[in-house]
Amino acid sequence: MNVFTRRDWLRTLGLTSLASGVAARSVAGPQTTPRRWKNISARDRIRARIPNVEVIAHTGQKFRFFDDLIYGKRVIINFMYAQCEGICVPVTQNLVKVQELLRDRVGKDLFFYSITLKPEQDDVAALRHYAEMNGVGPGWLFLTGRPEDMEALRVALGFTDPDPVRDADKSNHIGNLLLGNEPELSWCAGPGQLDPEYLVRMIQWNLYDVPRHELENRLLAEKMLSKGEPR
Amino acid sequence: MRILKYQEPKLVRIARKNRQEIVRAGLTRRELFRLGLLTGAGLLVPIRGLSARASCTEGCQLGCSPPTTPFVEPLPIMPILTEVPESSLVPAPTTNPNTAINPNTGLPFEGRVEPHQFRDRFPPVKFFETRMVRADLRIARAGELPLQPLWAFTDPVAGPSVPGPTIVSRYGQPILIRRHNDLPPLAENGGFGKPSVSTHLHNFHSAPESDGGPCRFFERGQYYDYHHTMANAGFNTPEFSATDGDIRESLSTLWYHDHRLDFTAPNVYKGLAGFHLVFNEFDTGDENTGFRLPSFPEFDIPLFLADKLVDPETGLICFDLFNFDGLVGDKFTVNGMIQPFLEVRKRRYRFRILDGGPSRFYQLFLTDLDHPNQPIPFWIISNDGNLLPRPIQATSVRIGVAERFDIIVDFSQIPNNPSRIYLENRLRQDDGRGPDNEILPAGQGNLLLEFRIGEPAPDNSVDPATMPTFYEVPVINPADSRITRTFEFERKNGQWAINDKFANCEDIRFRVRRNSVERWRLRNSSGGWAHPIHIHLEEFQLQKINGVAVRPGQLDFARKDVVRLEANTEVELLMRFRDFLGDYPMHCHNTIHEDHAMLLLFAVDEVGDNKTKP
Repeated sequence: MNVFTRRDWLRTLGLTSLASGVAARSVAGPQTTPRRWKNISARDRIRARIPNVEVIAHTGQKFRFFDDLIYGKRVIINFMYAQCEGICVPVTQNLVKVQELLRDRVGKDLFFYSITLKPEQDDVAALRHYAEMNGVGPGWLFLTGRPEDMEALRVALGFTDPDPVRDADKSNHIGNLLLGNEPELSWCAGPGQLDPEYLVRMIQWNLYDVPRHELENRLLAEKMLSKGEPR
Repeated sequence: MRILKYQEPKLVRIARKNRQEIVRAGLTRRELFRLGLLTGAGLLVPIRGLSARASCTEGCQLGCSPPTTPFVEPLPIMPILTEVPESSLVPAPTTNPNTAINPNTGLPFEGRVEPHQFRDRFPPVKFFETRMVRADLRIARAGELPLQPLWAFTDPVAGPSVPGPTIVSRYGQPILIRRHNDLPPLAENGGFGKPSVSTHLHNFHSAPESDGGPCRFFERGQYYDYHHTMANAGFNTPEFSATDGDIRESLSTLWYHDHRLDFTAPNVYKGLAGFHLVFNEFDTGDENTGFRLPSFPEFDIPLFLADKLVDPETGLICFDLFNFDGLVGDKFTVNGMIQPFLEVRKRRYRFRILDGGPSRFYQLFLTDLDHPNQPIPFWIISNDGNLLPRPIQATSVRIGVAERFDIIVDFSQIPNNPSRIYLENRLRQDDGRGPDNEILPAGQGNLLLEFRIGEPAPDNSVDPATMPTFYEVPVINPADSRITRTFEFERKNGQWAINDKFANCEDIRFRVRRNSVERWRLRNSSGGWAHPIHIHLEEFQLQKINGVAVRPGQLDFARKDVVRLEANTEVELLMRFRDFLGDYPMHCHNTIHEDHAMLLLFAVDEVGDNKTKP
């Protein structure tokens, strides 16, 4: 292996103007032609991150994940599996209460999606059973599909752990709620274990831009519903 | 349903194969460098098939940012926020919030909902007005990257900047800062950031309504009046009432930043942050008086470190919305410019270094590339921007997110008399979890800033080698502690928890008695995660780190507001809770962790509770 000179690694670092000595130091680095940057909208950039895979809902309907379920919508996304006995139950029950508090808003301008982590087990019938057992209302879909597609969704949406052992433990990906407002380019995440009244507040603050002062000392869901169309 | 075996995507498979081949070949780091396979950050160059995500077409990933020429742009110096007359603030500022409805927005004029505490005792004498706006600003040499649609704070004269204008204030001169939210509508956020804000003055001893906590956010079209007493902690206690607080609690290098619940990371990353410096009769800003620290602003320069990712296709800084581990960038900005240079004279300078996050830790060295093995010593004079009892000489300093260290560099004393040296980060960190604890060889880390050393210049500043004294630490007697509380910082179900619970603006987790002392144990037993923990209200004093006592003369024998809770670390601290009533947060300042719920609220009241693991 040749001797690796200082100049070599300076070049690697993009520091050629330095390495080329004092004379070059007064000029403003190597001349570059201005690059042509692509004019991709921020919305399209986010869209590119979300797999548009085919999913099957517990209702038996088939959808394209992005085109049919995300585009133009406010959404809350979580991951679960029907046989999960630990954290899935309280999170699902929390969301059931949130759905009740929000009344018919879910299914109109807010949609819930629960994606299975175990598509091998969770077919349409299993998910339908889970949804019925938990008393979920309309506007909330439980989704399954090809295992590689479900995995692509999980990884793309950030329900992962950099530690491979923890990543393999599906229960570590349950609890997180992804809150998205696709047309307004607003995405955040929060813990699904918080109490339902507070989750409603989080939804109002983060998905509907309800100002904080309007929520002081009021029954939140009532307030939001009385406002008619969200701000 | 047919059971399908999960097949990893082809590119990921190729990536793994390539990495295994490299490992098998036994190539050293240096050889990888030579082959162009390793970046300056010590990462594998993400050519197709080498990075885990295998391609840069998705844009926002470490190693994918487009090239820029380093050290061709001068270090930007932020403007000093211009004072305005009180009469220019319309409507006039009031102790109670202005809840009248603005007919143009349908919202109250002001976002504040509580009256200012102690405003009668400390009526503001200096007034500022700044606006949060979108500004298209340059972060690299013209033509190399497009103008960036950032969110900036404005100066009434100089206009918008990122970082925002530096606010300069003085003890004994209470201030009122009116901040307007004039940000664009949500859908014009460029892909990240929420135009709903709360501006925290990080490190100042402020009442909750002026602290800018996560739950006191306000909306577009509103303003918020922040009142700061400019008094030292203890001003409302019998001991220090006559002197308006304990002079030993003086704070010097602070910063302001957005703190909006769930959106702090994108909003700060987008530019909503700046320095706030406080002077007094000792730390005067004039090297001929007081402690005789290098004169501001010529020889006293704030350095705002922030790493960014740039989308290789659009050339715009980007933020990974679906990554909850933390965000580390491969473009290193100082004062908003990627790898700038600074022309200095051969004399002493004070640099106020801030790690502006979102997730990166740094180990900062001064490097002479012609003599990379030559250590270059400097003097550390503050920890978290609070002057130490006396200077400490060092050849490097570790800084976590939101920490601040003031250092003195004497450019007339650099070994071998080089004409250029670099501020270099040699701490390896490849993801948002935390640093790897690997110190890279000199010259192979991230060169952040180039110092071009010019001619000698007169220097009346104090020589740190003469061991000047600043403020003694106002030591807290452990026996005064009313209660010991324990806090576990842990990952839980894809989010982060403190004592098994998550951020909740409506849950005051525990209550502290005003003017009392408490002992807190902060524990991070997680294997790989590092958490820089910030506590609002007052400075704390570290007592033990992993069971080892912190002793006088050490850097951590200091007043601090952030503690680096690195993996498998436990610290014990003592803290006073003086003067103000109301709620304050404690949270992780890796802002991605903070936004994903590693935050709690506590309140100061007249009673306090006895919850030991709240």
